[in-house]
Amino acid sequence: MTDLLWWVFASVAIGGALGTVTRRNPIASLMFLVLTFFALAGIYVLLNAHFIAAAQVIVYAGAILVLFLFVIMLLNLGHDYRSDLRSGGWIVLSFVTAGLIGWTVFRGVQDPAAIAQGAGPQGIEASLAQLNAVGAIAQPLFREFLIAFELTSILLLVAIVGAVLLAKRRV
Amino acid sequence: MPEFEPVLLWAIAALPLLGFAINGGAALAGRGTKALATIVGPGVVGLAFAIAVVNFLGMRGAELHGPIVESYWQWIVVGGLRIDAAFQLDPLSMLMTLIITGVGFLIHVFSVGYMHEDPGYVRYFAYLNLFVFFMLVLVLGASFPVMFVGWEGVGLCSYLLIGFWFKDREKADAGKKAFIVNRIGDFGFLVAMFMLYANLHTLDFVSVFEQAPVTFAYGGAAITAITLFLFLGAAGKSAQIPLYVWLPDAMAGPTPVSALIHAATMVTGGVYLVARSGVLYALAPVSSIVVAGVGAVTALFAATIGLRQYDIKKVLAYSTVSQLGYMFIGVGIGAYAAGVFHLMTHAFFKALLFLGSGAVIHAMHHAFHHSHSHWDAQDMRNMGGLRRFMPITWATMWVGTLAIAGIWPFAGFFSKDEIIWQTAARAVGPFQPWFRIYWVIALAAAMLTAFYMTRLMVMTFHGGPRMRDDEQRHLHEVSPVMWVPLAMLAVLSVVGGWINVPRAIADAPLLGWIPSSEWLHDWLHPVTEVADATLAANLPAFVEHAPVGGTELFWGAASFALAAIVMVLAYRRISSREIRPAVESAEPTGFGRVLYRKWYVDEIYDAFVVRPVLAASRAMARFIDEYLVDGAVNGVGYASRAFGWVGSRLQTGQLNSYAFAVVAGVLLLLAIVVLQ
Amino acid sequence: MLTRSLVLAAILFAIGTAGVVFRRNAIILFLCIELMLNAVNLAFIALSTSIGIQGQVFVFFVMTVAAAEAAVGLAIIISIFRLRETVDMKNFNLLRW
Repeated sequence: MTDLLWWVFASVAIGGALGTVTRRNPIASLMFLVLTFFALAGIYVLLNAHFIAAAQVIVYAGAILVLFLFVIMLLNLGHDYRSDLRSGGWIVLSFVTAGLIGWTVFRGVQDPAAIAQGAGPQGIEASLAQLNAVGAIAQPLFREFLIAFELTSILLLVAIVGAVLLAKRRV
Repeated sequence: MPEFEPVLLWAIAALPLLGFAINGGAALAGRGTKALATIVGPGVVGLAFAIAVVNFLGMRGAELHGPIVESYWQWIVVGGLRIDAAFQLDPLSMLMTLIITGVGFLIHVFSVGYMHEDPGYVRYFAYLNLFVFFMLVLVLGASFPVMFVGWEGVGLCSYLLIGFWFKDREKADAGKKAFIVNRIGDFGFLVAMFMLYANLHTLDFVSVFEQAPVTFAYGGAAITAITLFLFLGAAGKSAQIPLYVWLPDAMAGPTPVSALIHAATMVTGGVYLVARSGVLYALAPVSSIVVAGVGAVTALFAATIGLRQYDIKKVLAYSTVSQLGYMFIGVGIGAYAAGVFHLMTHAFFKALLFLGSGAVIHAMHHAFHHSHSHWDAQDMRNMGGLRRFMPITWATMWVGTLAIAGIWPFAGFFSKDEIIWQTAARAVGPFQPWFRIYWVIALAAAMLTAFYMTRLMVMTFHGGPRMRDDEQRHLHEVSPVMWVPLAMLAVLSVVGGWINVPRAIADAPLLGWIPSSEWLHDWLHPVTEVADATLAANLPAFVEHAPVGGTELFWGAASFALAAIVMVLAYRRISSREIRPAVESAEPTGFGRVLYRKWYVDEIYDAFVVRPVLAASRAMARFIDEYLVDGAVNGVGYASRAFGWVGSRLQTGQLNSYAFAVVAGVLLLLAIVVLQ
Repeated sequence: MLTRSLVLAAILFAIGTAGVVFRRNAIILFLCIELMLNAVNLAFIALSTSIGIQGQVFVFFVMTVAAAEAAVGLAIIISIFRLRETVDMKNFNLLRW
């Protein structure tokens, strides 16, 4: 069952990604990306990352992409249906390179030694059972990674101020 | 007998060098007063002569145990080769030094008068002093390389002085011609030095001449090659066939230069080289034949050209080439003392003749300058009857003419005669057929010498004057500063031969009242003894009579008589002919034209040597220089630009391209890591 | 599932890269970058199943940074649009000098 679900989500994700990359209409492109994100959220759940899956939907699909959508509409970009793809040579080149990346990684993950052995799925299962989904991630977040967590909030503050400043019209 | 210590040997050469420095500096600074050059120029040479005389007197009174070598500093030390900057004093170099400084001094004094109105007066003396310095280095050098320094140096000074009036294109070209032709000879000298070093591992005279008889086989290929290459160098410097063509053109320089460099000293450098290397030539009979043969042919060849030249200096130039041929006959056959003897007497009378002609030219210039005529002051057809106007010059030049023609008791008789006799006497063994031929050639050339010199005197001084009356009014004898050296050289031309009268003649009843007897031969004996011994060991004894019979005394008297007869005949023939000035004379026709055109040798060289070389170098310049080298260099430039253009295509300013570049790089790294 | 997810992440990353290379619209370019980030997130999550919870924590941070970056980036694009009336990347070639 899990496997089947995984394959479904994977194909949706790939289809959505391809759609993002190839659509002329920016809104269409964005919508496909939303689809991809949803599929990815589904895969996260299958990989025992429940909190992250939720965050993916809420933050990524629900906030960031909505922001993108607002900007697209603000700039009134949805009407222009001219193609914005670069010349054909670049397309070929980029897909060739992409293929090579995929193949290289594919080769890389064949080697079991390349994938380190750690606490194992049992560790995650255990903490999930102990502290439910949120607690499992909150525990390391507020303990080992506290400083990074605090710094992230500063980062967000800076980003907000910066965005406001940059997008301001002339005063 | 006391030992001999050289006195200030280095100063003999250093003084002219100092003169060059002072005069040269003054000339460059542009503030040389004539007085400074007048005192310094001749002065340093005179002082050098004085020091040389002191040393000579010391040498005469002392017992010599071989050459004295004074080494001043280490010059070249590389590998097994060690050459010092050293001077060697022995009878031969002493003699040469006396000639150079003595005759040189007289010529310097003459130049004071001759070059007086020339704006390059100071520069002239600077070059002349430099020349004397280099010539002294040449004769005093204790090893082949030091000699070569002097050799090259005199070539340089010859170029500077021939092209002294360099603003005239022809004169500058003459200087170039001299230097370039000399250079061909220098190549021979260098190759000979390399071969000597390869065989003997030493290059200083003392060692070379000690080891040569032991190391080289008599008549072997090695020694023959070395001596032939040395002779190539000598032929270039001393204007023998085929490298004589520069000397007639060298008459473009001031006449005292012609007297000093192209009569008395530099051109004798080749003769000195062969005489100095007598030990080597005695070991190579083939080379001896070649040297004497080239000398003989040159003597005859140049004499024929002299018969038909109208420029007074050209006649004397070809005469010099011819007399140098005699000297080479002398040193080629192994009679080194005879060759050097003729070198000495020739220095006296040829310098006299050149300076005399210089006086004539000076006077003619003066006359033509006053009348604003464009006639050539050096063309004998424009002269005539100068005896009335320039009696001292006339008299001294007749002394020189008698000397060169070989009239007893003047100097040339003894020296030329000895060479001719020795050619006959040494015609033994392998030399027999050759030297006999040379003997005949030498006699013929002597006759021609008498003829053309008489012709020169008659055309210049005798007969009616061919210049205009108003010009004749301006003709007068030259100033004492110019005729006193003439007179002194005339005295030397008379008595100079008396230091080496052959015993056969000295013992004769009528001709033998001159006191000295073979002094020069004895004086040079220490230098020539090894060579003489080698010759004596390898050849049959010399004969006592000429090929067609007759003793030395007979042939001495016969050549004297023949020369006198030729002179009288020439006098009558030339005087009886009507000579028109140059502008009214037609060019000679027939065989005379061939002689007048110098047997077309220059034209032949131009067609067969100069033009092919120029064409080859033009082709090389176009192909190698322009096409290959420039092509390569320009090609590098084009390649750089091409690379730059390619590189510039990367700078698109497009973010997408840059992102792609990053991706490509990451992919490469990834691939390296994964595919390890 | 781990290896499959890694391969999926690689494929998504590759598609995102391709999009970055050949799209000229700045907003869509940005979207492709977000796709790449998500592919990386997937890789982290997949690996965390064998390494530990640190993978998921890192994804948390990546999301945060992605949000901040999206905000600032879009602000920049808006400024550019105000200046040039276009978001076509071929006009923004000042980097050539």
